[in-house]
Amino acid sequence: MNALALSNIGHAFLGRTVLDRVGLDIGEGELVALVGPSGCGKSTLLHIAAGLVEPRQGSVIRSYARHAVVFQEPRLLPWATARKNIGMALPERLSGRDRQDRVLAAAAAAALEEEDLDKYPVQLSGGMKQRTAIARGLASEADFLFFDEPFSALDPALRRHMQDIVIRHAGNGRRSGLFITHDMTEAVRIAHRVVVLERRGNGISGERHVPLTPGERDDRMIFETVQRFMKEDPLFRHVEELDERRTG
Amino acid sequence: MHSLAKRVSRTGQFLWSGWSGLAGLSVFAAFWQVVHEAYGSFILPSPLETLTAAQALLGDVSAWQLLLTTSSRALSGFALAGVIGTVAGCIAGFHPAILRLVQPQITLMLGVPPIAWIVLLMIWFGTGSATVTTTAAVACLPIVFLGASEGIASRDRLLDDMALSLGMGQVRRFVRITIPQMLNRLFPILVMALGTAFKAAVMAELLANAGGIGEALAVSRSNLDVANALAWILLSVSALLAVEYGLIQPTRSELEAWRHAARPWGVKR
Ligand SMILES: Nc1ncnc2c1ncn2[C@@H]1O[C@H](COP(=O)(O)OP(=O)(O)OP(=O)(O)O)[C@@H](O)[C@H]1O
Ligand SMILES: [Mg+2]
Repeated sequence: MNALALSNIGHAFLGRTVLDRVGLDIGEGELVALVGPSGCGKSTLLHIAAGLVEPRQGSVIRSYARHAVVFQEPRLLPWATARKNIGMALPERLSGRDRQDRVLAAAAAAALEEEDLDKYPVQLSGGMKQRTAIARGLASEADFLFFDEPFSALDPALRRHMQDIVIRHAGNGRRSGLFITHDMTEAVRIAHRVVVLERRGNGISGERHVPLTPGERDDRMIFETVQRFMKEDPLFRHVEELDERRTG
Repeated sequence: MHSLAKRVSRTGQFLWSGWSGLAGLSVFAAFWQVVHEAYGSFILPSPLETLTAAQALLGDVSAWQLLLTTSSRALSGFALAGVIGTVAGCIAGFHPAILRLVQPQITLMLGVPPIAWIVLLMIWFGTGSATVTTTAAVACLPIVFLGASEGIASRDRLLDDMALSLGMGQVRRFVRITIPQMLNRLFPILVMALGTAFKAAVMAELLANAGGIGEALAVSRSNLDVANALAWILLSVSALLAVEYGLIQPTRSELEAWRHAARPWGVKR
């Protein structure tokens, strides 16, 4: 049984085709990393999967109860404190006490300090905003998590820390997730499977299973896998090209 | 406890900001004094004379009565326009087609001079409170409508999507995501609309002889009593300021505490 099944997805913005015949299945308890060059339609695919955009073609079948999305931008309510922003993801029925505990737990997981919780988004740094958005995603009782390049505003140490949280949250088989990233090391570290979107959105170019389960892989193994993917595997040529374009 | 301390500090800052307002008024009074000294008391009585006249007026209960009459008429007009304009503006903000249809009528309403409204309303409603209240409402309805519809139309749709992704229903999204954004736009406009309501109410009273400050002004005019006329103007402006700073600004600062947080020290209002 798949938690999420996208089949034959096609989408166009103002007549310009962005996605065409894209199919992607994500199993129960599976965390899939989606990579592809900038502008190839990854975010669009995620929005379609999360039901925020109606696809022109194809079908989306979700067999989980509730999902949460960590967007590419923080998308915080400017008039609410970090605490309220995180709390808005919680189900209504919770008591005040439960609510407080869950917000604190999610904030702690996202390495936010308690004193920062009473600040408004304008008073937070870029990375803190992003972490607040991540905490909001974690606080919800979602059994499917969507991440759209959530760690791009964080420093390497914090990035690792957040990756570990994602692994603990979704990589351990309890929840499923779709994780968009540009960073191959990140993809190999956290995901069961890495899927490459064709650079013009014409379907999925291919996919690779990463050995072992997330959390069991050591740095050496991750490094070697990334090297193998980037150097020898034709599937990741575009991703490599992108990296060259970026540094150039 | 914590929030109480915050509130007290905010109120303190608010009161403290009164000094800068007073400073501004003093500059205005200084210019007034200069013009008074150039043209004499008959054309323009000095600020002090005006204040004395206003004080004398306030000693009389009937003056308070007049102030209350005008204020309540202006306020009911303002409230009427506020409710109708906000509701209609919200609907139009969500439906661009409706906005297109209503826009020409708003332009029309803005274009018709208030005098013309007063004449029409006098014919329809006679020369009572209804005419004054309706004039005030008609004068500020278009701006409230435009403010509300702008506020809705320019909302951040990304936040809407975010709330949708958390499974929020339509009503909760409207109340918790859209309304705060709309109010953000609407509040500065409400301040303007309130001023307009007062102006329109006084004018309607004057032209329709409908009591209130307007009629008192008319009496001063016929007596060529400039000091008294200025005193009445002073009182009506004070009534407007009392409503604005007693009602609208506190509500606004309550809703916009986050904006306050964004401002560095020294630039706070
Ligand atoms: N609302 C929109 N209207 C019109 N075009 C859009 C819209 N959103 C995205 N696009 C276009 O669709 C294409 C795919 O965009 P998308 O955001 O999905 O890319 P992406 O793969 O997430 O890129 P990145 O890695 O830079 O985030 C881009 O060419 C973009 O210009
Ligand atoms: Mg994107």
